[in-house]
Amino acid sequence: MKKKLLLALAMMASACVVQSQTLRIGLAEDPDILDPTLARSFVGRIVFSSLCDKLFDIDEKLNPVPQLATSYQWSADNKSLTLKLRSGVTFHDGEKFDAAAVKFNIERHKTMAGSNRRGELSPVTAVEVVDPLTVKINLSAPFSPLLTVLADRAGMMVSPKAAAANPTSFGTKPVCSGPFRFTERVAQDRIVLERFQNYWNKSEIHFDKVIYLPIVDSTVRLANLRAGQLDFIERVAPSDVASIKADAKLGMSRITELGYQGITINTHKSDQSQANPLGRDARVREAFELSLDRAGIAKVAMDGEATPGNQWVSPSNSFYAKNVPVPARDIPRAKALLKEAGVTNPSFTLMTPTTSDGQRVAQVVQAMAKEAGFDVKIQSTEFATSLNMADKGQFDAYVLAWSGRADPDGNLFSFYGCKQPLNYSGECRPTWDDLLNRSRNTLDIAGRIKVFATLAAEVVKERPIIYLYHRNWLWAYNKKLTGMSTIPDGLVRVQGLKM
Amino acid sequence: MLTYFLKRVAALVPTVFFVTVIIFGLQQLLPGDAALILAGEDQDPQVIAYLQKKMHLDEPLPVRYAYWIGGVLQGDLGESLRIQQPVLGLIKEKLPVTLQLASMAMLVSLLIGVPAGVISAVAKDSIWDYLANILALWGLSTPNFWLGILMILLFSVSLGWLPASGYVSPFEDLSANLAAMVMPAFVLGGGLAAVLMRHTRSAMLQVLGSDYVRTARAKGLNERTVVLKHALRNALTPIITLGALEFGTLLSGAVLTEQVFSIPGFGKLIVDAVFNRDYSVVQGVVLFTSSVYIVLNLLADMAYFFVNPRLRG
Repeated sequence: MKKKLLLALAMMASACVVQSQTLRIGLAEDPDILDPTLARSFVGRIVFSSLCDKLFDIDEKLNPVPQLATSYQWSADNKSLTLKLRSGVTFHDGEKFDAAAVKFNIERHKTMAGSNRRGELSPVTAVEVVDPLTVKINLSAPFSPLLTVLADRAGMMVSPKAAAANPTSFGTKPVCSGPFRFTERVAQDRIVLERFQNYWNKSEIHFDKVIYLPIVDSTVRLANLRAGQLDFIERVAPSDVASIKADAKLGMSRITELGYQGITINTHKSDQSQANPLGRDARVREAFELSLDRAGIAKVAMDGEATPGNQWVSPSNSFYAKNVPVPARDIPRAKALLKEAGVTNPSFTLMTPTTSDGQRVAQVVQAMAKEAGFDVKIQSTEFATSLNMADKGQFDAYVLAWSGRADPDGNLFSFYGCKQPLNYSGECRPTWDDLLNRSRNTLDIAGRIKVFATLAAEVVKERPIIYLYHRNWLWAYNKKLTGMSTIPDGLVRVQGLKM
Repeated sequence: MLTYFLKRVAALVPTVFFVTVIIFGLQQLLPGDAALILAGEDQDPQVIAYLQKKMHLDEPLPVRYAYWIGGVLQGDLGESLRIQQPVLGLIKEKLPVTLQLASMAMLVSLLIGVPAGVISAVAKDSIWDYLANILALWGLSTPNFWLGILMILLFSVSLGWLPASGYVSPFEDLSANLAAMVMPAFVLGGGLAAVLMRHTRSAMLQVLGSDYVRTARAKGLNERTVVLKHALRNALTPIITLGALEFGTLLSGAVLTEQVFSIPGFGKLIVDAVFNRDYSVVQGVVLFTSSVYIVLNLLADMAYFFVNPRLRG
């Protein structure tokens, strides 16, 4: 009898060990296609961080750090980047990772039909294999964001053999070189990855399996964590923070995002811009900005889980232009500016997607701006429709968030460059284009900070986008989970995670 | 009988054709360019152009319809552009899940709704009648997502009896499957139970007041036989129709329940597809659901035929 009891206890213990080797992560959405070349969603990047290693990664301070590339060297004219690659790395199918694989991958990103990486790699003209572990990337012009671009999906390496064998549906069975290999995906239910035994950095991996479970509702996601069915959840609702803190079994992390929440104003996108004083007159836009209390908006819309900001990067970012600080709310000045502009009660429509935080932002903005004399009409529009209307210039002002990129260029170029796809304001100024290009061509950080300071001073005069705040990435997890890295891109890195 | 059946089947062809036209037309009425939303956050113009071409968005409407219906007739419902999986494969994967959920919900609603309706009618104006009515009112007025979250908090978080969400195939682990489905089935079936209770009650009241029931009682039949054999059988006719119609509604109406409990069924599939403008998936799923609806209607008509002797004459 005793023996039986001991055996049962031993079996239970071993069952617990087996269970603890699986990491279950609750995602806020179902990822799109798991092909780094075609992928578009933020949530997909979370899965990729376990599945596909990149040439570089970024650290807490957003500096590029080695991953599959061990070092880099810019040429004297800054028009080519030579990378030394890690030796002994293999893809999940046993194929060797080398310079030829890097060349294949970058060319695939650049030439594949429907590639979402083509734009990010547009300055890349050619990739040369110098030797099996050295590769040279040639550029049409110096391009300072390249390292951080290679620290995202454009730097992810897939097995050339697997990609060539399955060109049209590679994303249904991706083969990369990350710590975990793809096992199965049931759309909208789970993505299962199992430990890759030949991973180059396997001492940092402490789980046998990672399961990603998309659970859209944040309350249900949290309930799953509390019930012990998940070990980690991303994007906790700010309203749940207090209850998580009170729960002794749960831990929490918060990181300021790389992106922002802002209001884009139609200044030149279409004729509609000139029919409204907000689009027509920079003084009215300044008055509108001065009517807003950013801390108040962040408090109401995000339960205080956001950092007020007035630029494309948060005030804690090293590229933040200190010459343009966050303005304080100033109703008398706002009223004076409106009087000066000859419109004491301007009226405009504020389009907002039907997301709960978007709606809350619009309502608080409406109430705050009213005190300065603005009559803001809220137009709640389903996201896809709102995007279409913004693209056509059928809006006065638009509450639009951006997920952010590690290099400020990713938050800027497409929004302020003439005829760029995300330039919904329609603002097109050769001086801004020049500054944007200079920021890309300047490699030294001090030089780039100067360029961004000049650009910020220029942009703030026109205010095509009024930045409001930078959200916190909120994560909750089983307190037994340790080794969390809090990188501002919001991706969950499995390296170093332990239960 | 055969003529009646053949007539009804023949009527399906134009019905399904019009359904395809309506599905396709409504899809086109959705505001927003599908390529814009599928292109993702970066809105790369080359990606947008590629997607427009791939989805034939650069072609006139009739040509697009022809592309789609041509594929449908060959059994090809297209491919999800978002996750690169064939729509037919997705339907095959999700249908059993939603069918199981809908069947279990139907069972829950029948087990609660019909007996409650019968008791309520037989014991009219008694405490049982009032209780059943209160229960029905509660079932009708409780939002699914709210009830779902409350049940998760009670049975999963506080008591730890049932899994909070997710799905396990019955072929993998039957008990885990039932444990995962019992809460969603109750949530989804609760509202329908209330509807069935109300209909059963009114149908039973009407039948119980009719001449033939009075005659049956006058013949000295016991009350149990009168109610269950004579009255309920006749009262079931409209309930069968309602049940068939509501089963179709359950298939498409499982959306919220599936979202709350993260069940990878039709509802989740279509919600994601609509918001992501994944046209092929939306069209494929709606076409499938409509066809099921049409067939269920046909089956209800057939059931009428068997239950109601007057139609046979």
